[in-house]
Amino acid sequence: MTEQNKKFDTDPKTTGHSWDGIEEFDNPMPRWWLITLYICIVWGIGYTIAYPAWPMVTRATAGLTGWSTRADFAAETAAQQAANAPFNNRLETTDLAAIPHDPQLGPYAVSAGAAVFKTWCAQCHGSGAAGAVGYPNLLDDDWLWGGSLEDIHTTVSYGIRNDDSADARYSEMPAFGRDELLDEHQIEAVVNYVMSLSGSPQDATMVDEGATIYADNCTACHTENAGGDRSLGAPNLGDAIWLYGGDYDTLIETVTNARFGVMPNWNGRLSEAEIRAVTAYVHQLGGGE
Amino acid sequence: MSNYLKLTVLGVTTIFMMIAANYARDLAYQVHAVILTILAGGLFLWVLRQTDEPEPITTGNSEHEYFDSVIRAGVIATAFWGVVGFLVGTFIAFQLAFPALNFDWSMGLTNFGRLRPLHTSAVIFAFGGNALLATSMYIVQRTSATRLWGGNLAWFVFWGYQLFIVLAATGYLLGGTQSKEYAEPEWYIDLWLTVVWVAYLAVFLGTIIKRKERHIYVANWFFLAFIITVAMVHVINNLSVPVSLWGSKSVIVWPGVQDAMVQWWYGHNAVGFFLTAGFLGMMYYFIPKQAGRPVYSYKLSIIHFWALIFLYIWAGPHHLHYTALPDWATTLGMVFSIILWMPSWGGMINGLMTLSGAWDKLRTDPVLRMLVISVGFYGMSTFEGPVMSIRAVNSLSHYTDWTIGHVHSGALGWNGMITFGALYYLVPVLWKRERLYSLSMVSWHFWLATIGIVLYAASMWVSGIMEGLMWREVDANGFLVNSFADTVAAKFPMYVVRGLGGVMYLTGSIIMCVNLWMTVQRTPAREANLRVAVPAE
Repeated sequence: MTEQNKKFDTDPKTTGHSWDGIEEFDNPMPRWWLITLYICIVWGIGYTIAYPAWPMVTRATAGLTGWSTRADFAAETAAQQAANAPFNNRLETTDLAAIPHDPQLGPYAVSAGAAVFKTWCAQCHGSGAAGAVGYPNLLDDDWLWGGSLEDIHTTVSYGIRNDDSADARYSEMPAFGRDELLDEHQIEAVVNYVMSLSGSPQDATMVDEGATIYADNCTACHTENAGGDRSLGAPNLGDAIWLYGGDYDTLIETVTNARFGVMPNWNGRLSEAEIRAVTAYVHQLGGGE
Repeated sequence: MSNYLKLTVLGVTTIFMMIAANYARDLAYQVHAVILTILAGGLFLWVLRQTDEPEPITTGNSEHEYFDSVIRAGVIATAFWGVVGFLVGTFIAFQLAFPALNFDWSMGLTNFGRLRPLHTSAVIFAFGGNALLATSMYIVQRTSATRLWGGNLAWFVFWGYQLFIVLAATGYLLGGTQSKEYAEPEWYIDLWLTVVWVAYLAVFLGTIIKRKERHIYVANWFFLAFIITVAMVHVINNLSVPVSLWGSKSVIVWPGVQDAMVQWWYGHNAVGFFLTAGFLGMMYYFIPKQAGRPVYSYKLSIIHFWALIFLYIWAGPHHLHYTALPDWATTLGMVFSIILWMPSWGGMINGLMTLSGAWDKLRTDPVLRMLVISVGFYGMSTFEGPVMSIRAVNSLSHYTDWTIGHVHSGALGWNGMITFGALYYLVPVLWKRERLYSLSMVSWHFWLATIGIVLYAASMWVSGIMEGLMWREVDANGFLVNSFADTVAAKFPMYVVRGLGGVMYLTGSIIMCVNLWMTVQRTPAREANLRVAVPAE
């Protein structure tokens, strides 16, 4: 398929070997190649003298520069912490309600809080804080447990329905279907009633019956006018804002098996300054009270 | 007599696999036991039917001819696994751009996490591995002027390797993975591969030992280095204790960061010896053959060979910059990687300079063009690699798409293109055809693949550097500016471009398969002399 080895008069000598027709020229190594290789080797020796490199009997050579990744990282972090320490101290001692109005502390808290939020909160609440199914939107003013700085601070510090903090916010909706508190027909009726509060029910004929069931079973938490109760984390059912979805099937599921949304307590993982910062950040997103 | 031995082994295996399938503790293991029961049982029946029958008279299988049937099989396997690997790769590229392609109905089978190792193993070990098996066995025969050593042992290597691929691939889909990159197969698959690999070494070394040429050709140095080193790093990286004989899970013997170090010592040398040294062996045969010119410099080939294999083995720690690995180890990894730059380029220089006096052929011969651009991509990624191993660069590039782009400019550009060139060279020779079916199809393949790689590499550079910069972006007080999800959202356009690059590369490879098929089917036959060459000296 290919031609035999083509040779020119100007070709250099070959080594004289031939394998399956392949020969080799006896060319020297390119000079630039060799010099670059030597430079790399010399540089490499120098670099290993300057930096931690050669393993010895008990430990490796530390290098003339004394450089180490851990020391580097520690120095950088310490510098940042030292720079922010005055702010963080004031953040911890200033009254929560006064933080947003402080011309220095307010902007600092928001940018620090944004970083905390993007690292720890965005996984559930979304990087833009718009939430997701089962995870509340933090941009609106529809709060489950309250939207004041104090309320948000408590929620972030202790979390919701977790096993790790004794002070976690707690409430539990009964599983009306699973625990046979209501039968299937009654659940369908009450769901139709709840749907009628903010839109149109799937079956209008069941709304009146549902209203009675609602009055008997749901008002203790969600209140008579369905406005909800923040002390219990019971959502407003009349505002057309849904945590798990407001369609018929989802509501049937919610009433039948109940929901039990959990949020971790952050006081074990974040400093008080960080919690206060993220509180201030969430508060100014749009719905703060 | 040997048939009775085979029957005993196959019979025992069949029964053992039945027992294993019965006691299996996990799905991957069970499915594998069933596959092996069927396979061993089938082979048992097949051997049984042949036992005590008169030996068929074999023609074209004598010691005076090259052993090419196994290489033909290897060529087919290479093309087949190539297309499979590229297809999976393109699909998972789009899964990253459009997560809805992780279908709910096939969750746990075809989601990204299951398909990703399937893609990497399919292209590296199935496509690349078969290419190396086929070309090394072809080249060692030609350049040693002798038939493969060991008779049907070569067939055992070929089929044993395909079995390894099938077990590994089905294992990944069913969740059987030990979660070591490029070493995902579970313990029993590792053991099987070790057996096959030792047989491969025996075939290769046996052939070299009985060679009729006085000297060992440079391509064979590279192949031998590749086979031996891969055996060594494979065994050491996979030293693990099975939790149960009846399950796929095992516990690695290396603790903590030592495991990470061993893993990347393996991982880097999978790149260095599988994808670099082995493929340099291919380069050293097919480029001088296709160009019809002598290799540029014998001296350079010796020096860069020894420098390459001495240095590559130390470079692994650069995969673990800024981790729990001690600083001294990462310094050494980085220094060796940078000194490795010129030894790597020695192969590129020898490949490219071999064309001096034959550059005009690039205009007329698209196969040679393919081989040459592969060397170009080789040079590019062996420069990019040392650059990325520098600690300061690595702190930006590590964990980003830049790494993915780097790997693919090497894998698609260097490994892929040189393999395509080798296949275009081999098919007419092995099937005794006058020429390829269509050179314009080769040109189409060349341009589709080249533009596909450019789209891939460029989009991943942009996406990787952007991602790295976004991760480290802090405001005046040192607070992070971007959330992780922000960086993911920002990469979307680049993911689409990367996917399109994959589509082009895949399309090119399908055109190649059609072309090779038509070459075998439609092109006039040629009278070829397949006899063992007479030593030239």
